[in-house]
Amino acid sequence: MTSSSLATGAARILRPLQKANRRDAAGTALSGVSAFAAGIIVLMVAIIMGNIIFFGWRTVTWEFLAAPPREGMTAGGIFPAIFGTTALVVLMVVALIPFGVGAAIYLHEYARPDSRFTRLVRFSVNNLAGVPSIVFGLFGLGFFIQFLGHQMDRAMGLDMVWGQPALVWAALTLAMLNLPVVIVTTEEALSAVPNDMREAALALGATRWQTIRHVLLPQAMPGILTGAILSVSRGAGEVAPIMFTGAAYFLPYLPTLPTDQFMELGYHVFVLATQSTDVDATRPLLYGTVLTLLMLTFALNLAAITLRSRLRAQLAGRS
Amino acid sequence: MTFAPADTTVGRMRPMARSGHRSRQRVREAVIDVALRACAFAAIAGLVLIMLFVFRGALPVMFDAETMREASLTKFVETWMWQPVGDVPKYGLMPLIVGTLKVVIVAMLFAVPISVLAAIYASEFAPARVREALKPVIEILAGIPSVVLGFFALIVMASWVQSVTGSSSRLNALNAGLALGLGMIPVIFTVCEDALRAVPRSYREASLALGASRWQTAWNVTLPAASAGVAAGILLGLARAVGETMIVLMASGNAAIVSASAFDSVRTLSASIAAELAEVVVGSPHYSVLFFLGSMLFVTTFIINVAAGMFVERLRKRLRGT
Repeated sequence: MTSSSLATGAARILRPLQKANRRDAAGTALSGVSAFAAGIIVLMVAIIMGNIIFFGWRTVTWEFLAAPPREGMTAGGIFPAIFGTTALVVLMVVALIPFGVGAAIYLHEYARPDSRFTRLVRFSVNNLAGVPSIVFGLFGLGFFIQFLGHQMDRAMGLDMVWGQPALVWAALTLAMLNLPVVIVTTEEALSAVPNDMREAALALGATRWQTIRHVLLPQAMPGILTGAILSVSRGAGEVAPIMFTGAAYFLPYLPTLPTDQFMELGYHVFVLATQSTDVDATRPLLYGTVLTLLMLTFALNLAAITLRSRLRAQLAGRS
Repeated sequence: MTFAPADTTVGRMRPMARSGHRSRQRVREAVIDVALRACAFAAIAGLVLIMLFVFRGALPVMFDAETMREASLTKFVETWMWQPVGDVPKYGLMPLIVGTLKVVIVAMLFAVPISVLAAIYASEFAPARVREALKPVIEILAGIPSVVLGFFALIVMASWVQSVTGSSSRLNALNAGLALGLGMIPVIFTVCEDALRAVPRSYREASLALGASRWQTAWNVTLPAASAGVAAGILLGLARAVGETMIVLMASGNAAIVSASAFDSVRTLSASIAAELAEVVVGSPHYSVLFFLGSMLFVTTFIINVAAGMFVERLRKRLRGT
């Protein structure tokens, strides 16, 4: 502490000297170039967002959001895609949250931090987060559909009900993809709960689980919610993992069973952008779909960021 | 800043349990303990299952005689052509590997300098208000789904890039690489900025006290101190670029050409899987080849990620140890 304030003092005394140095051409160049780099990023984001909003906002009407596509997807709206996306992420979250939260509770409250099992779990979580999304797609096809689905069909004597692309398989594939997100955010939330709380509960005679159930989980709820929202926002935008596991090019009906295929916003963007028969007619629809998808993910991200910053403030106040 | 589980000692001092209620409770505690452990195990199981089933799909390429007549490891390197559909399918991986390398190199050349410099700016030079404004911009970029970046590159950016470079093919490695770079920027920036900000203030103060200017401090003191974190950021960005699918699928043109020019259309490993898997007969040689491509992507990104993890660990040790 004293040494650093001493250093600040010294820096203040030496400021005239620094001023002379700052005129140094290389120095000016570096700070200028670095500001320029930051400026470029801001500019590019502004251009992308500006372009999408400018060409998209006129398309996004209630009618567009509530109507199905018509005339070979050159007219109409995107309701089935919105419905399918919602169904997909709801199923995903239902499958994901218990496992993600459970794993985080185990890692943070039960596990010895240096045991081999704990280290292996952490290693897996880190590397699961780095697996390319297209590999998840391959895995979903190879494991859920070709292996699990076919086995289920055989066991139940059914003819190709589970062993084909379906909503439930796409949701489970996405759940695996997002497992690290939920584990990491939940752990962060658990470490924001002060140790006093745990000790107080245990001292009152509560068991470990009672402490978690009645003290830790309520406190960690915003963090768990953050993880859930982040995973939903990421899940809504991922296309590669669901291309072969359940997303459909076009469906005249809405999915009602977990074994149905479905339309999805991100996949719909891909389809409209690359498979269109009439590019000019599709363009407004394409921009409208992109803007809808962006608004959905940004609304979710904003909610998650707000919750997380509140959580971080809580964490900072405690330490 | 991890809390040691404080309950181990306290937990043992539980009131003496005699009644049936207590023993039932103890059973419940044990069950929950096992259930939570199983949840944690799910993460391991997930990674192992992915390896198992992606590798399993690729196995016929190495062990099945029927498949190997069309597609085998030697054929992968012998043929310099990728023509999976036709009377005599050709599965040469060279065009895909060259294509992936080209796109990734363009993306790295674009994204690494910009992200690292912007991170230096944000942590060393920017006034607090500018830094706070920069953060949401990066969050927005990180929140844009890759299919939207692919859409933008395909519909909008490709025309701009073509009018500037005058290249004959509208969709090419340059266009895809730039779009891919956009996707990498948030990853590299965030990790680098975190690493730079984790460098203790005393380092900077000591340097300033010796008369160094702010940029000299940033370049000669802060950046070297955070170098392991910067390396980790770049590696994580690289892993993302190698595996990223939707952007390259939409923006690269998908023609499997072996050339050194960034203005030629390219087909990457990931885009080939995405473009072809839907139409492939399950169990056919083509199916196995696509799983082999997936295995290659998995192994490559796995190695890069493990290396990045080691750099993160080194940074943590260095900043803690001194």
